[in-house]
Amino acid sequence: MFKAIIARCKQGHRTMAYPREPLPLPERFRGYPEIKADLCPKECRACADACPVEALECQPDLSLDLGKCLFCPECSRACPQGAITHTPDARLAANHREELVVRPGDERRLAQALEKKMLSLFGRSLKFRSVVAGGCNACEADTNVLSTIGWDMGRFGIQFVASPRHADGLWVTGPVTEHMREALLLTYEAIPAPKLVVACGACAISGGPFRGSPEAHDGVEGMLPVDLYIPGCPPHPVTILDGLLRLLDRMP
Amino acid sequence: MTPGLLFTQNGSAVSREEIPEHSGERFCETLISAIDGGWRVVSYFGAAEADAVRLYCILSFKTHAALGIMSTAVTGNSFPSLVEAVPQLHLFEREIAEQFGISFEGHPWLKPVRFETQLASLPAVPPKAPEKAGIMDFYRVAGDEVHEVAVGPVHAGIIEPGHFRFQCFGEEVMHLEISLGYQHRAVERMVLGRPGLRTLKCMEAVAGDTTIGHGTAYAMVVEALCGARVPAKAEAIRGIALELERLANHTGDLGAIAGDVGYLPTASFCGRIRGDFLNMSAELCGSRFGRGLVTPGGVQFDVGRELADKLRKRIDVARREVTNAVELLWDSPSVMGRLEGTGVVSEKDALDLGLVGPAARASGLNRDIRRDHPFGIYNVTQLPVETAKGGDVYARTLVRWLEIEKSLHFIEEQLAQLPGGSIVSPAAQLGENRMALALVEGWRGEVCHVALTDGSGQFQRYKITDPSFHNWSGLAMALRGGQISDFPLCNKSFNLSYCGFDL
Repeated sequence: MFKAIIARCKQGHRTMAYPREPLPLPERFRGYPEIKADLCPKECRACADACPVEALECQPDLSLDLGKCLFCPECSRACPQGAITHTPDARLAANHREELVVRPGDERRLAQALEKKMLSLFGRSLKFRSVVAGGCNACEADTNVLSTIGWDMGRFGIQFVASPRHADGLWVTGPVTEHMREALLLTYEAIPAPKLVVACGACAISGGPFRGSPEAHDGVEGMLPVDLYIPGCPPHPVTILDGLLRLLDRMP
Repeated sequence: MTPGLLFTQNGSAVSREEIPEHSGERFCETLISAIDGGWRVVSYFGAAEADAVRLYCILSFKTHAALGIMSTAVTGNSFPSLVEAVPQLHLFEREIAEQFGISFEGHPWLKPVRFETQLASLPAVPPKAPEKAGIMDFYRVAGDEVHEVAVGPVHAGIIEPGHFRFQCFGEEVMHLEISLGYQHRAVERMVLGRPGLRTLKCMEAVAGDTTIGHGTAYAMVVEALCGARVPAKAEAIRGIALELERLANHTGDLGAIAGDVGYLPTASFCGRIRGDFLNMSAELCGSRFGRGLVTPGGVQFDVGRELADKLRKRIDVARREVTNAVELLWDSPSVMGRLEGTGVVSEKDALDLGLVGPAARASGLNRDIRRDHPFGIYNVTQLPVETAKGGDVYARTLVRWLEIEKSLHFIEEQLAQLPGGSIVSPAAQLGENRMALALVEGWRGEVCHVALTDGSGQFQRYKITDPSFHNWSGLAMALRGGQISDFPLCNKSFNLSYCGFDL
C-alpha cells in the first residue's frame, strides 16, 4: 500500500497540457504536406511513381490525397526539386472526403464543428463504439492510447463504450474486410440516431496499404455516411484528438 | 542428423531444384522421425503447380542453428494427416486444406482456419466457396447443466474481431474454441508478383504492432533472394527498433494484465510508459510503429551521435519508471494471488502445440530465434533467453518483465557503440527459381516469412506465419478447466494478433 503511494508520487502527474499548449512532436514526424507545384518540371512524375498507394496526382497540378497517403518518406525522397515535403503539422482531420485532397493554392480546411443541434447533443459527452474491420492494430493502438493517463480523453467527455446501444457514434478502423462488413453494418444500425461515423486511418478511408484487396472494400466510403475522416497510417494520437476536439468545437 | 532434408540457415535462399522431392510416404516418415529427433515445425504450406499442389515443410533444429526443407507433390484430393503423431501440425494441415482443397485423412478437427477463398485447386477437385466467417461446426459438450457462451466477433473495447465459443459447466470452462478470419485481407495473395514499395507497406501492416518484426522478415527474404549485404550500422538500427517494439508491447501488456486484475497503479503507469517507447521509435523514423524504417538492403533513417545520446537518456528515464511501476506487482499479494496458477499451459502441451515466443518460454520451453537461428545484429551480440516454469499467467508476466530488462540493456549497449558507414545497400534483381526463408523473433515470438520465386524472379508464393498462428491454441488450452471469468486475464497474458493470424 505504502509502496503504491510512493510510486504514485514518483510517477507524478502526467496528463499533457495539450490542447492548451502545443504538443512537441519528434523531428522526423511526417504530417501535413507542403507542395510547391511551381518547382515541378514538365512531365515529371517522380513522386507519383514512387508513391506506393497512388495518393499523388500530377495533372493538372500536383495534388496529394491525404485519405490515401501513408505518410511514408518515399515521395519527398523521390523528388529532386524538393517540391513535396511532409511538415510536422499533425492537424489532418476533415469533414468531407474531397477536403482531404491537398492542392497548392487551395484554402486549407481543418475539421469543422458539428451543427448547433448536434453540438448541443454531443458537445460535452460523446461515446463511441469501435469496430475493427480489418485494421492491423496500429490505428487501434493509437486510438486506445487516448484513454491512458497521458492523453486522458475522458476530460473532454469522449469515451469508448462496450455497447452500440450506449454509443453516439461508430468508430471504424480497417479497410472493411468482407468478413467484417455485416458486423460493421449491424453495429451501425444498433446505434440510436442521431449518430456519427468516424473513419480513422488510411485503411478506413481508402483501403490504405490494402487498397484493391480481393477480400476488403477499400474502406467505408459509400458504405456509411462519414462525419470525420482522420488520415494517417496510423494517425498520431494528436491527429485523432485534434479532429475530435474540432468536431466538438472544444479547441481553445 | 535426419537425412532427406536440405539444410540451410536463417536468412538464406536455396535453389528450388535442390529441395528434396519425396514421395508422400517418405515425406511423412521423414517428418515424423525429424520431430522424434528434436526438430520442430517452423512452416508447412502448399504451393500450386501445374497439376499438383506441392507441400513444403520447413523444420528447425536449434542446437545446430539448422533449418531443413523438404517437399512432396500431392496430386490426389487427399493426403495423410500427421496430427496424431505431430500435434503441432494441426493448424498447418487445416490451413493447407482450406487453401488448396486437400483433405487430410485422419485429421480430427479439419475445420476452416480463416474462411478464405482457395488459392488454387487440383484438377480433380472443384474449388469450394468459403463459408461465411464464423459459420462452422463448433465442438459441443452435451448435458443439462452445460451451457455455451459465444463472444464476438465485435468485442467490448477497441479490440480486433474474433469469435470465442466456450463450453461451460457453471463457471468452469470445459472447452474453448476460437474461430478467426474476420480480419482476412488476403495479404499473401496481394504480395505476389514483382515486389515493390507496396509490398513492403503490406508487410508492415500484416500486424501493425509488429511492423519492425514483419518488415525485417520481409527485408531478409528480399536480401537473401538478391544477395544484398546489409551494412553493419543498418543491422544495429534494426536491432534497436526491434527491441523498442518489444519494450513498448511488453510494457503495454504488463499494464493490461495489471488492469485486468483490477490493480490500477501499474495499469496507469505502464499504459503511459508504453507510449514513451513508441515515441522513441518515432524519434528513429517519424512513426510510433516504426513504419518506413526498415527497407530491403538496410534502413531508411540514420542514427547520428546526437540522436543516440538523446535516446540513451530517454531509455534511462524509462528504465527507472517502468521498474518502479512493475515492481508494485510483485509486492502486491492481491495481484500475485490472481496471477499465480491461472491459465496454466504445461510444458508438454506447449511442446506438443508448438508454442513460440514468451508464451512458450513461460511454459519452460527454451526457444528464441535471436539465439537459436541468429539473424542481423544477433549474430554478433547475444541476449540471454529468459524462461519460467509455471506456464501460468504469472510466468507469462514474469518472462515479459525479464525480457524488458534485457532489451533495455541491449539498446543502451547498441546506442553506445553504433558502427559508422552507410545504412542501406542497393537491392538488385531477385534470384530466379529460389526459395528464401527468414525468421525473426518478434515480441510475440517467431515471425516466419518464406518466398518462392518463379523463372522471372517474381514471387510465386509467399507464406507468412505470425507467432499468433502457433499460439492461439495455447490460449484455448490455458482456459481448459479454468474459470470463464479468467478469460480476459488469460487473453491479455497471451495478447495474440488477430490480423497476423488472419493475414
